[in-house]
Amino acid sequence: MTGKANRGCARPLDLKNGRVDMSHGGGGRAMVQLITDLFAKSLGNEYLAQGNDGTSLPPGLGRLVVSTDSHVVSPLFFPGGDIGGLAVHGTVNDVAVMGAAPLWLTAGFILEEGFPLADLARIVESMARAAKAAGVQLVAGDTKVVEQGKGDGVFITTTGFGFLPEGVHLSGDLARPGDAVLLSGTLGDHGMAIMSQRENLGFDAPIVSDSAALNGLTAAMLASGAAIRVMRDPTRGGLAATLNEIAHQSGVGIHLIEAAIPVRAEVEAACELLGLDPLNIANEGKLVAVCAAEDAGKLLAAMRAHPLGQRAAVIGEVAADANAFVQMQTRFGGWRMVDWLSGEPLPRIC
Amino acid sequence: MKYIDEFRDGEVAQGLSKAIAAEVRPGRRYNFMEFCGGHTHAISRYGVPDLLPAGVRMIHGPGCPVCVLPIGRIDLAIKLALERGVILCTYADTLRVPASGGLSLLRAKAQGGDIRMVYAVTDALKIARAHPEREVVFFAIGFETTTPPTAVAIKLAAAEGLANFSVLCCHVLTPAAIMNILESPEVRALGSVPIDGFIGPAHVSTVIGSRPYEFFAEEYRKPVVIAGFEPLDVMQAILMLVRQVNGGRAVVENEFTRAVTPEGNVKAQQWVAEVFELRRRFEWRGLGEVPYSALKIRERYARFDAERRYRLEYRPVADNKACECGAILRGVKDPTDCKLFGLACTPENPMGSCMVSSEGACAAHYTYGRHKDVEAASP
Amino acid sequence: MCLAIPARVVEINANEEASVDLGGVRKTISLALVEDVAVGDYVIVHVGYALTRLNPDEAEKTLALMAEAGLTA
Repeated sequence: MTGKANRGCARPLDLKNGRVDMSHGGGGRAMVQLITDLFAKSLGNEYLAQGNDGTSLPPGLGRLVVSTDSHVVSPLFFPGGDIGGLAVHGTVNDVAVMGAAPLWLTAGFILEEGFPLADLARIVESMARAAKAAGVQLVAGDTKVVEQGKGDGVFITTTGFGFLPEGVHLSGDLARPGDAVLLSGTLGDHGMAIMSQRENLGFDAPIVSDSAALNGLTAAMLASGAAIRVMRDPTRGGLAATLNEIAHQSGVGIHLIEAAIPVRAEVEAACELLGLDPLNIANEGKLVAVCAAEDAGKLLAAMRAHPLGQRAAVIGEVAADANAFVQMQTRFGGWRMVDWLSGEPLPRIC
Repeated sequence: MKYIDEFRDGEVAQGLSKAIAAEVRPGRRYNFMEFCGGHTHAISRYGVPDLLPAGVRMIHGPGCPVCVLPIGRIDLAIKLALERGVILCTYADTLRVPASGGLSLLRAKAQGGDIRMVYAVTDALKIARAHPEREVVFFAIGFETTTPPTAVAIKLAAAEGLANFSVLCCHVLTPAAIMNILESPEVRALGSVPIDGFIGPAHVSTVIGSRPYEFFAEEYRKPVVIAGFEPLDVMQAILMLVRQVNGGRAVVENEFTRAVTPEGNVKAQQWVAEVFELRRRFEWRGLGEVPYSALKIRERYARFDAERRYRLEYRPVADNKACECGAILRGVKDPTDCKLFGLACTPENPMGSCMVSSEGACAAHYTYGRHKDVEAASP
Repeated sequence: MCLAIPARVVEINANEEASVDLGGVRKTISLALVEDVAVGDYVIVHVGYALTRLNPDEAEKTLALMAEAGLTA
């Protein structure tokens, strides 16, 4: 990418009515114009301004953490966010839950021929806002264009980099029997916000995605001094998948209390309508943490003091279990298993 | 959520749990079959067995329309999509069921079949109106609860003169299935199952009323309690069944009085009677052929019948020989008695009807209850 | 089997359709299978159709029976 002014392109980019066409991916002047007038305008900084094939970064401040994610969400714009913000938040969060402070992001765009430039500008501006709010900078990027029908408007792949402070080592295999399990807030908001936009399900609900950058929250949690074993964000597959992963990695069981798990009334109602379980639904602004039992109070307080952790709760504990089952005491009193789903949660009529 | 949360109250559950424990006669076993998959799901999902005394055992019946849908019927739906190029509209429940040739509706979609998930049959009508140049087929599954909406859709299509819409009808009937369980010779061969009573379906009964169950109570001397779907409804129904068994009574009682009346929804019944008629026989996965247990579309609506329209021929497909679904559906065996359970047969790779939908006995046990199979695990 | 939920009727439209509310979620459903439904009534909804009206008195009675069973146990 380059921040240099573009020469020799007669017409300015029509951000109002223009559309992506094959020339924008061709590597020539049209592409340079797209980058200058659309991408760099919002995302430009001293790293991108270097204007070379690769960006040179300053030497690091510790152990490097890297994470990558591709974003194919549909619809591109949904209540509470869009694919741009999501792409930034998702990768920032993956780095943050490792205990690292995210600094830099890269972004690759695959654009579909015919995609409105106005929508692209909106998405890019959203990314810029999200990056600024999270305190991260975009240091490298790429754009390709595919023929109409071969993409879904836009796909974005982001990679994030951060550094682990001295002494921080979080991992999914460190959970021990007796540890406390904490959740930062309400479950299912993002997934149900997306579902509510699906035409054929036709329900109206004031459900808004929770898409947010969690690095401020994770920093506060690490600063609390609690002995945190692992943090993870329950995205695809929901809390059920995340807890099963941790249980398997650590070779332990997890016992949850349903009554302690926060779920918004509208999300619960929407799940009820479609026959879905909030435990299986994706979240994009929540995290789960396992910590030493004696530090649960301290950690909870630190989470609740942060705007993104106001509804944080202790939802269960780690138990000795060679089968690594995740079990839950239902509100009703009886116990049941919380299993991984085999595929995407689908509504049911039966 | 009103009329839902109150019926999930944990404190009332404790009270009912004590009440049931107090009324079961020591040393006596009570085996109750909950016919309906929705009840199986509620029982598993809320951990109801933890609240029942040891002498009460719940047997999971075949009331799960996806579970009992024969592979051969899904093959027909796939064929319509892949070979005849129709837009195949289906409820999401059927999408992952494995059919012949390593296919499922979801896999057929990946192969280019135009298969669309709908929440309601009206969505299929909308698609047909929007695409007059394409043929649209609605894959109609379900018991008596789901049948009236299909009837309404067919009548609407007829009134509008919709020329490109038809229905692949796989609607099945509850009382016939209950009878099959009680009557079938295999049950006699395997040893009669001491089913002491039935928990009757909730929403099916909303439509058909409580009267149709009187036959079973009288003829087979088995109490039937119709129960709502919430876990407190199930526990209250179990209490009522225990009382009947103790008192030597066998009548139909209605726990779900807030939604079920003796005659049911007459308007819905009339719509169904106008559009559908009984099939002389129909194959149920796991149960074999059951007479007068399913519906087909009447002659006057023949143009909306996909089977006639596309001259489809049904071909039965057998399940794996080691599959114990037949015995499990009749309550003679438990999921853990099946050699395939949890090994070759899992929710991801279901080999028989009981694993195929989240309400099937095996799937429910695997997803919600398999921790009980391992001693050390339960808290 | 049949996933059906009780929802409150908030609006009745033309074409025998109604808007129902469940915990803040709105959905449009068909009233073709029921009669005499008024705004404020609760109906049992399955695959986009109201199957019957919920009887609030019976609901109260059932809850009372359940609570009573627990008290006398």
